[in-house]
Amino acid sequence: MFLVATIGILVTMSLALIRALLGPTVYDRVLAVNTFGTKTVLLIAALGFLTERPEFLDLALVYALINFIGTIAVLKFFEYGDLGLTRRVEREAE
Amino acid sequence: MMVQVLDVLSWLSIAAGLFFMVVGTVGILRLPDVYTRLHAAGMTDTMGAGFLLLGMALQAVEGVSLGEVSYGFVLVRLVFVYAFLLFTSPIATHALARAGLAGGVEPWTNEEEGEG
Repeated sequence: MFLVATIGILVTMSLALIRALLGPTVYDRVLAVNTFGTKTVLLIAALGFLTERPEFLDLALVYALINFIGTIAVLKFFEYGDLGLTRRVEREAE
Repeated sequence: MMVQVLDVLSWLSIAAGLFFMVVGTVGILRLPDVYTRLHAAGMTDTMGAGFLLLGMALQAVEGVSLGEVSYGFVLVRLVFVYAFLLFTSPIATHALARAGLAGGVEPWTNEEEGEG
């Protein structure tokens, strides 16, 4: 049954990838990659149960945090053009 | 008896989780702009992930009830994964919507209703 869950998650991951490839704006792509990451967390968890090694959940935990930080970093990059320098320069200019 | 009930409950919630995942992802594919797609993505993050992790947690409870104590830690980890998702998903969605607005993406409106 976890085999079904794994395959289902893989199918939805590939659907999310289609949106990441099609996405007209960069935000569509970031959104698709973000949901792809969430699904990866679930895939790791399901794979852990499938192979009867639930210790995989530690990897899922780390991946959830990395995915979030990655999304925020990419968004900030597209909003300001860099990862924080703009704000610092503005503050120093004032 | 207890084990069978837990089994059925866990498969039911995993099936429900898969259903919400598929619906949310089809929404991401078919809805017209970023903001509506964010709504669909939020559904995969809360309902889909929630039901899938609930199903896995019921499996872990079943493991504990069969005498495998190590599944208790699995249960704790599952709760942590869901807690992290619960915090990070709305923040990421909010940041995406704000970035989209700041980046000049016009929200989609139904043309038949006139001005948007």
